[in-house]
Amino acid sequence: MGFYIVQFLTGLASASALFLVASGLSIIFGVTRIVNFAHGAFYMLGAYVAFTLTERLSGAFGFWGGIVLAALAVAIIGVLVEMLLLRRIYSSPELFQLLATFGLTLMVEDLVVLIWGPDDLLGRRAPGFRGAVEMFGQNVPSYDLFMIVLGPVVLGILWLLFHRTRWGILVRAATQDRDMVAALGVNQKWLFTSVFGAGVFLAALGGALQIPRDAVHHALDLRIIVEVFVVVVIGGLGSITGAFVAAVLVAELNAFGILVFPKISIILVFLVMAVVLIVRPWGLFGKPEAAARKTPGLSVRPWQPLSQNERIAFAVGVVLAALLPLIAGNYALAVGAEIAIFVIFAASLHFLMSVGGLASFGHAAYFGLGAYGVAFLAKIAGLPMIVCLALGPLLGLFGAAIFGFFAIQLSGVYFAMLTLAFAQIVWSIAFQWVPVTGGDNGILSIWPETWAAGPARFYWLSLAVAVAVVGLLRVIVFSPFGYALRGTRDSLLRSESIGIDAKRIQWTAFVIAGTAAGIGGSLFAYLKGSVFPDNIGIGLSVDALVMVLLGGVETVSGAVVGAIVFKALSIWLVSQTDWSKLILGGVIVLIVVAFPKGIVGMIETWRARSDAPSSKSAALAASQPEGAE
Amino acid sequence: MKLEVSGLNSFYGQAHILFDVALGVGAGEVVALLGRNGAGKSTTFRSIVGLVAQREGQIRFEGHEVAREPTYAIVRKGLGYVPEERRIFTDLTVEENLEVGRQPKRDNAAYWTPDKLFTLFPNLGEMRNRPGGRMSGGEQQMLTIARTLMGNPSLVLLDEPSEGLSPKIVEQMANAILTMKKEGVSILLSEQNLHFARLISDRAYIMERGRIRFSGTMAELEARPDVRDQYLAV
Ligand SMILES: Nc1ncnc2c1ncn2[C@@H]1O[C@H](COP(=O)(O)OP(=O)(O)OP(=O)(O)O)[C@@H](O)[C@H]1O
Ligand SMILES: [Mg+2]
Repeated sequence: MGFYIVQFLTGLASASALFLVASGLSIIFGVTRIVNFAHGAFYMLGAYVAFTLTERLSGAFGFWGGIVLAALAVAIIGVLVEMLLLRRIYSSPELFQLLATFGLTLMVEDLVVLIWGPDDLLGRRAPGFRGAVEMFGQNVPSYDLFMIVLGPVVLGILWLLFHRTRWGILVRAATQDRDMVAALGVNQKWLFTSVFGAGVFLAALGGALQIPRDAVHHALDLRIIVEVFVVVVIGGLGSITGAFVAAVLVAELNAFGILVFPKISIILVFLVMAVVLIVRPWGLFGKPEAAARKTPGLSVRPWQPLSQNERIAFAVGVVLAALLPLIAGNYALAVGAEIAIFVIFAASLHFLMSVGGLASFGHAAYFGLGAYGVAFLAKIAGLPMIVCLALGPLLGLFGAAIFGFFAIQLSGVYFAMLTLAFAQIVWSIAFQWVPVTGGDNGILSIWPETWAAGPARFYWLSLAVAVAVVGLLRVIVFSPFGYALRGTRDSLLRSESIGIDAKRIQWTAFVIAGTAAGIGGSLFAYLKGSVFPDNIGIGLSVDALVMVLLGGVETVSGAVVGAIVFKALSIWLVSQTDWSKLILGGVIVLIVVAFPKGIVGMIETWRARSDAPSSKSAALAASQPEGAE
Repeated sequence: MKLEVSGLNSFYGQAHILFDVALGVGAGEVVALLGRNGAGKSTTFRSIVGLVAQREGQIRFEGHEVAREPTYAIVRKGLGYVPEERRIFTDLTVEENLEVGRQPKRDNAAYWTPDKLFTLFPNLGEMRNRPGGRMSGGEQQMLTIARTLMGNPSLVLLDEPSEGLSPKIVEQMANAILTMKKEGVSILLSEQNLHFARLISDRAYIMERGRIRFSGTMAELEARPDVRDQYLAV
C-alpha cells in the first residue's frame, strides 16, 4: 500500500512541472492563437540556464535566485522572439506559425549543444530539500514534496493574477474576443508580448525547477512538448484548470503505467487520451473552437488535370530521371533513390494536407511503421523481399487506421497536435520496446535481394515506385472520392448536409496517406539496410511538412518539386556542417517570415494586386493586417 | 465638427461596399444613420474605427486625420465604438467587462465610473458579479454601451442600439442615450427603426447600397415622406 501512495506522490511531483509548462502553452494559445511548439525549447533553455546560474551563484539564495533568474532570462528571450518573429506572422496560417516555432526549436537544440556540450548535466540539489522523508516505510525525496505543494500554489497565483489584476482580466477578455479588446482601446501588441513572455516564463520555470530531479540534456524539449500537447489536448486548450487536472492525470498515468506496462507505459496515456477525445473532443475543460481558420492558399484555385504539354513534360522528366544511372556514380544514385523515396513521403502528406485540408504533424509515424514492417517481415519472418515490400506498408496502414480514427475527430491545431503526439507515441514504442524493436540500436542488415541490389537497380526500383505512387494519388485526387474529400475540406457542414459521410472520407484519406507513406518507409528500410526510431522522429515529420510547404500546398506537383529541392539541400547540408539543425531551423524561420502567407498565398496576393479595384486599397489592406479576419 | 468623414470607400475582398460616403457629427449632437438591412451602416462604423482592412478616404476626428491609425489608437483618442453583435465577454462578470473598457480620464469628455454607469443602467448594478453570458439580450446591450463609456469617449458610434429589444427596454435605452447627450457625449447611431431614431436624434443621414441618399435635420426628414418610403419603409 505504502508503495502505491509513494508512487502517487512521485506522480504529483512530476505533474507540477508539467502543469507549469502546459499552463504557459495554454495562456499563449488562448490570446495569440499560436500553438507555441518552441515551448519545449524554452523549458529546456530554462533548465540549462538554471544549471549554469545555480552552479555560479552560491548559497541558498544563489540556488533559488538562480532558478528565478533563469526563468526571467529565458522569458526575455521569449519576448524578443515574439517581437522579432511572431509579430510578423500573426496573420499567417496556423501551420506556418507551428512551423516557425518548430524552426526555433531546431535552432535551440543545436545552440544548447554548442554552448553546454552534448553530455548530460547533473544539477545542484536544492538547499533545504536535499534529503528524503520517510513515509509509509518508503523514502520520498523532500524536493518532491516541495514540488507537490508548488503546483497548487502556482495554480492559485495564476487564478489571482487572472481575476484580480487588470492585465489578467484583459488576457481573459482577449482569449475570448481579441478584436473586441482592441476595439475598446487596448493595444494588442503589448498584450500579446506580455502574454508570450509570461507563458515562456512559466515554461522556463518548469524546466529550471526540474534540475534537482533530472539530468539536463538536449532532447528534453521534445519529450516535454509531447507530454504537454497531450496534457492540453486532454485538459482543453486555453483552460488553466484543465491544464492542472490533465497534468495530474497524465503524470499519474505515467507513474502507474510503469508498473503495468513497464516498457511501453506511454500506451496507457494514449488510451486515456483516446477516451477523452471521444467523449469530449475539446478536452475536459475546453470549449469548442469556432470553425478553425482555414489554411489559406488551400482552396483558391481548382485543380486541373494535366494538360497535354504537362503530360509530356512529366514523361520527359521521368525518362531523364531513369537515365541517371548512365552518368551518375554510386553515391549520387543512393542520393537519388533517397530523394525518390521522399517524393513518395511528401506526396502522401501533400495528399492529406491539400486535398483533405488535414495538416498532420506526425506523418513520419506511418513512414516509420512501413520501415519497421519490412524489418519485422524480413528479419523475423524471413520473407522474400517482394513480399516484405508488399506487406510492410500494411503496418503503416494499420497505424493510420487506428490513429487516424481519433485524429480526424479534430481539426486545425488540435489535429496537428494530436497527430504529433501519436507519432511520438509510436516513436516511444520503437525506442522503449527493446526486445522487439531493438530500441535505440534499431534493426540492422535488411539488404535488398540481388534483383534490386546495387545502386542503379535500387534507384530504378525507387523511381518506379515513386512514379506509381504519385500517379495513383493523382488518380485518387480526380476520382469521385477526391472530389468528396475536397468537399469535406471546403465545408464540412455543407458536405454532410448533402449526404457525404465526411468523417469516413477523411478517415479513408488518412489511411491512404498513411499507407503511401508506409510504402516510402518500406523502401527506405532497404535503402539504408536498417531501421531506427529516428525513422519515426518528429524531425522527419517536419521535413515532410517543409517539403510540402516549400513546393506549394496548392499545386499537385508541389510536393514532388519540394521533396527534390529540400532533400537535396538537406543531404548536402548534413555533409557540410555539424550544425545542420541550426541552419535548417534558421531556413525554416526565414521561409516563414519571407512568405508569411505561404508561398501560394504570396502568389495569390501578387495576382490580387495586379487586378485589384484599386492598388491603393490593397496597399492599405497590407498595412493593416489586424482586424481583417 | 467632432467627426468628419469624406470620400470613404470600403471593400470586402473584391466587393465594393461603400461609395464616397461623407458624413459629419457636431459636438454634442446625436445623429442617426438610417437604412435598410445591408445598406452599409455597420460597414461605415467599422470603417471609421479601422476594423475594415480595405478602405480609403478621410476620417477626421477632433481635427486629426485618423484613417491610417490602428483601431486601438483611434479608440483611445476618445472615439468609442459599440458593435452591432454586442460581443460581451461572456466569461467575464459585469464589473470585469467594464474594466476591459476602462481608459484614463479625458479633459474634454465626461468621466464615467462603474457607479455612475450603474445609475444610468440600474439593471446592471443589480448583477455586478454575474458573468456576461448569463444576461438577457437587453442587459447585454446595456453592458456593451456601459463598457464603451468606461473609455470616457467624447463621441460614440452606436450600431443599432434598439435591435431586438422589448419596447420597455427600448424606452430605457432612449433615456440612457439622452442622458449621455446631456453629459456632452456626441453620438452617431445606426438605426432601421425610425421611431426610435426620432425620439433621440437631431439630424439624420439615409444610406442605401453603400451611398448616402439623404441628409438633413429630423424635421426635414419628416417633411419628406417620399424619401422615407423610398429608402426606409419595408
Ligand atoms: N464580412 C463581410 N464580408 C463580405 N461582405 C460583407 C461583410 N459584412 C457585410 N457585407 C456586405 O456588405 C453590405 C453592407 O453590410 P452592412 O453590415 O454594413 O449593412 P447594415 O446596413 O449594417 O445592415 P443591417 O441593418 O442588416 O445591420 C451587405 O451587402 C453585406 O452583405
Ligand atoms: Mg448592421
